[in-house]
Amino acid sequence: MADTPPLNVSTWKEAVEFAPGVHWIGALDPTLRTFDIILKTANGTTYNSYLVRGSEGVAIIDTVKEGFEDEFFRRLESVARYDEIKVIVLNHLEPDHSGALPELMRRAPQARLYISTRATSMLKALLRPNREEPFEYTTVTTNDRVSLGDRHLRFLHTPFLHWPDTQCTYLEEEQVLFSGDIFGCHYCDVRLFNDRVGDFRFSFDYYYAHIMRPFKQWVMEALALIEPLKMKIVAPTHGPILRERPRRYVAHYRELSTSTLSREIGDTNKSLIIFYMSSYGNTARMAEAIYSGADTVEGVRVSLYDLEGGEVAPFVDLIEDADALLFGSPTINGDAVKPVWDLLSSLAVVNLKGKIGAAFGSYGWSGEAVRMVEDRMRGLKMRVPREGLRVKLIPTQEELDECTGLGREIANILVGKEEQRGVIEFSDLT
Amino acid sequence: MAKAKITFEDIHQTVNVPAGTRIIEISEKIGAGVIYGCREGDCGTCMMEVTEGWNNLTEPSVLEEKVLRENMAGRHNRLACQAQILGDCKVKPA
Repeated sequence: MADTPPLNVSTWKEAVEFAPGVHWIGALDPTLRTFDIILKTANGTTYNSYLVRGSEGVAIIDTVKEGFEDEFFRRLESVARYDEIKVIVLNHLEPDHSGALPELMRRAPQARLYISTRATSMLKALLRPNREEPFEYTTVTTNDRVSLGDRHLRFLHTPFLHWPDTQCTYLEEEQVLFSGDIFGCHYCDVRLFNDRVGDFRFSFDYYYAHIMRPFKQWVMEALALIEPLKMKIVAPTHGPILRERPRRYVAHYRELSTSTLSREIGDTNKSLIIFYMSSYGNTARMAEAIYSGADTVEGVRVSLYDLEGGEVAPFVDLIEDADALLFGSPTINGDAVKPVWDLLSSLAVVNLKGKIGAAFGSYGWSGEAVRMVEDRMRGLKMRVPREGLRVKLIPTQEELDECTGLGREIANILVGKEEQRGVIEFSDLT
Repeated sequence: MAKAKITFEDIHQTVNVPAGTRIIEISEKIGAGVIYGCREGDCGTCMMEVTEGWNNLTEPSVLEEKVLRENMAGRHNRLACQAQILGDCKVKPA
């Protein structure tokens, strides 16, 4: 490798062949500084698109963002004619990969489009403004194959990485995995390959943390399909092409997706965390009573945190591995307090689905905070099995006993000892 | 008004409801584990499994059928935001 001239795809406007008949035909976006609102991109990104030539036709795998079509088509034209294109695969329909699709379909009308089974409604919604007639397409799932004559593309259904539609495509003969956004990162480097570019470890981990982290369970399911593959090269849709020891990136994904708490307390123990803010100590006393109740239940590891004494990011890490979350907030001017909202609005990067939630808090005259926090938890797809506790100003001993009971009850739900309530009448539900 | 009993098996809770009630109107109020996303039959988040009384729910609409298919639903899966209760049934999160 050391003797080859340095590659610079900002000046080299043709396709870059990186395996026999397999070419990069993507585009560079070096000046981008924010991607999709949520991600910072310190040196821009790339929109990676690929071309595979077989004995009976050409396949294009993913396209580029709108506005970058010229670069994409120029590279494509350097290695293929449009009438040779037999197959177009979209591994992911987000606009940064489907932007050039309408024009590509116009130039190669004979080509067949292959998308995942979950992608159909997105295809129609994304391309609606551009087309009078919907595209013809074929939906595919794991182990469906498309032939290019002497070469075959096999599909892997890898949903929610990071949209419902996402899939991977594997070129069997060359052992190249076109992984979509999986194993990608926003890192723009004209040298293109992981063994040539700069230090992109931060970008790789940062991308995972913001894009893949909420879907760890789906990452694990995808890895179960990906890990058995023979893999010479992983070709994602953003960032460097991973041709040197690609399997270590796969292993890194497994490591990033494995719960660190379960290593500490085992898989059988449950984690219950109480977060609170308190202005006069009343919500704090409720929190302590809840803590003492929950702590009586065997098999539950209980933690208590005053939000005033911490920062959001480590709390988000704790929440990710917790099984139950209780939030305590006083009501001030008819609302929960800002540190509680700051935490509850920072949870998009973790999966909360099905976690148990409850709310509590002291108030002066109206006490809206508890219901608001409960609604937020439901909105975050948490299960709120018990109505929260609202206490007017200073909690009485009886009210503190109720808090202890709530803590015990939530902990019991975690270990599968939910109290039975008999048959409830619909009219009694509030 | 005709009544029906729906049991949420994950929390072992039975509710007596007027026939025609949508499951979404009940499950959150009692803290059952069915989770909701769009709440209008488009996203598939609230997919649940009907363990008993499959025929005691309203028939799925064409749109619900499509969403179930796209989400690779099993034979007795339904969307809790769409299904209405006509007779006794038991459900749990899918």
